[in-house]
Amino acid sequence: MVRSRILGATGIALVLAFSAGGAYAAGDCAAGKTITDGVLTIATGNPAYFPWVIDDAPETGKGFEAAVAYEVAMRMGFDADQVAWTRTSFDQAIQPGAKDFDFNMQQYSITADREKVVDFSVPYYHAPMAVLTTQSVVDGGAAPTLSSLAGLVWGADSNTTAVPMLNELIAPAKSPLLYNDNTDVVEAMKANQIDAALFDLPTALYLGAVVLDGGVILGQFPADRSENPDRFGLLMEKGNPLKACVDDALNAMTEDGTLAGIEATWLSQNTGVPVIE
Amino acid sequence: MANSGVGGGLTRRQLFERRARRRALIIASTSSLAVVLAIVLLVPLAPGWEAVKNSFFNGEVFLRTFPTLLRAFLLDMLIFAWCAPLIAIWALVIAICRDVQSPALYPLRIFATIYTDVFRGVPVILVVYLIGFGVPGLGLPRPWNSPYIWGSLALILTYSAYVAEIYRSGIESIHASQRAAAHSLGLSGADVMRFVILPQAVRRVVPANMNMLIALQKDVALLSFIGPVEIFRQAGVYKSLLANFTPYVVAAVIFLAITVPATRFADALLARQNRARS
Repeated sequence: MVRSRILGATGIALVLAFSAGGAYAAGDCAAGKTITDGVLTIATGNPAYFPWVIDDAPETGKGFEAAVAYEVAMRMGFDADQVAWTRTSFDQAIQPGAKDFDFNMQQYSITADREKVVDFSVPYYHAPMAVLTTQSVVDGGAAPTLSSLAGLVWGADSNTTAVPMLNELIAPAKSPLLYNDNTDVVEAMKANQIDAALFDLPTALYLGAVVLDGGVILGQFPADRSENPDRFGLLMEKGNPLKACVDDALNAMTEDGTLAGIEATWLSQNTGVPVIE
Repeated sequence: MANSGVGGGLTRRQLFERRARRRALIIASTSSLAVVLAIVLLVPLAPGWEAVKNSFFNGEVFLRTFPTLLRAFLLDMLIFAWCAPLIAIWALVIAICRDVQSPALYPLRIFATIYTDVFRGVPVILVVYLIGFGVPGLGLPRPWNSPYIWGSLALILTYSAYVAEIYRSGIESIHASQRAAAHSLGLSGADVMRFVILPQAVRRVVPANMNMLIALQKDVALLSFIGPVEIFRQAGVYKSLLANFTPYVVAAVIFLAITVPATRFADALLARQNRARS
């Protein structure tokens, strides 16, 4: 018995040594802290949207969040085939009790209120917020100024931090209409029930280019604004011991420029959208 | 050996019954108390109780969200207020269509039958989406594409199907001999319906319709799917901003404050009706 256990341990150590390739010998940080030993379980949305995950297939590592996830996993000592994906809704991620993921990645904004219930990693993305509207609204005289924006009828995804931002920053004259998901917001825009909607920039670009006919990105609120900067973090169960390892991996990625490289690969079209003062 | 015993000239029988009542009362209160105590004492012993309490029964979140949620509830009340009378009217039209006797008007009967079948069979939320997004999508100008108008219409169409069936059960519960008798007095078909059948039928189904009102009261929240920020949507916004489910509990408490009295009232109506019949 004892001998086989030692053999097993040696085997795992060998696998780790090979997979980590010597460069990232951080495997011991996460050892025994994941919900399944030797496997890193990562949750994403159902469905996961472009450009965060391409084609709703995070296993391919394509898309910004999928690529970040595999990079984080690798630096924590997990091979690509040691990463398991699962899907959760927002509500499942914040429900009390044990989680079935090690961390959850679906554009969660870090806020002080949410941090009372769950833990967030250090941010992996600073999200500019963008105004999605249609050509006919722009033709009607909408301009990327706060006073012009306040006169529009607004919509937003009710689960996002776009809602408080809309009310505090733009303060529209008519109270905004709120929806369950992106699809419903776009549907309301097609039905001309709302003029404009607030999304994070990559989502807005995708919706404007692919989903909404005649979609226009009117402008963006830069990510480093002083009020309520929107920073995305990996969501973890409160008190998850993995947090330190995840933070280390993300910090290292930020310092050596890997994170910026991934962002340039998957979110490159973000430049060129006018900034709303 | 006095037959009339101690307590103020009560008979032995009365004394026995009083003892039995007291005994039943004591047993009932003891067992209720035991159940409540078991819940209050045992549930917090569960290992996850602290987390559950923090997520669902968070006092701080409760106080913070209550005023806004109460204000959002006004919108539910408004939607309810304009839907309920329209449902009552449209359902009556459908019910009467289903009951037309003239062969020439048979298409009305077919229409009413198909209508009730379809709208009772389709999930309310699909009707809300289809009419709330679909009809305005045809290109209506503002304000005629408002989600309030079309969402309310979806509720009215769906609920009318159920209420029409309730009316129909009331109409059919009036014995055929009354119709025959009214005809023999020289009343026209329309007059028979108006003066003989409906006054009795509608009164008979009031308790059943009270239940529909209570159900409608809750289903008004479905309109939030197409934009209006009523109480459930507002609670959902708080839920995701605070990562806490307590706002839904707040919404439930506000709803209960309305629906529990309404339910008791419906029960009382039903009980009175049963007494009147027996």
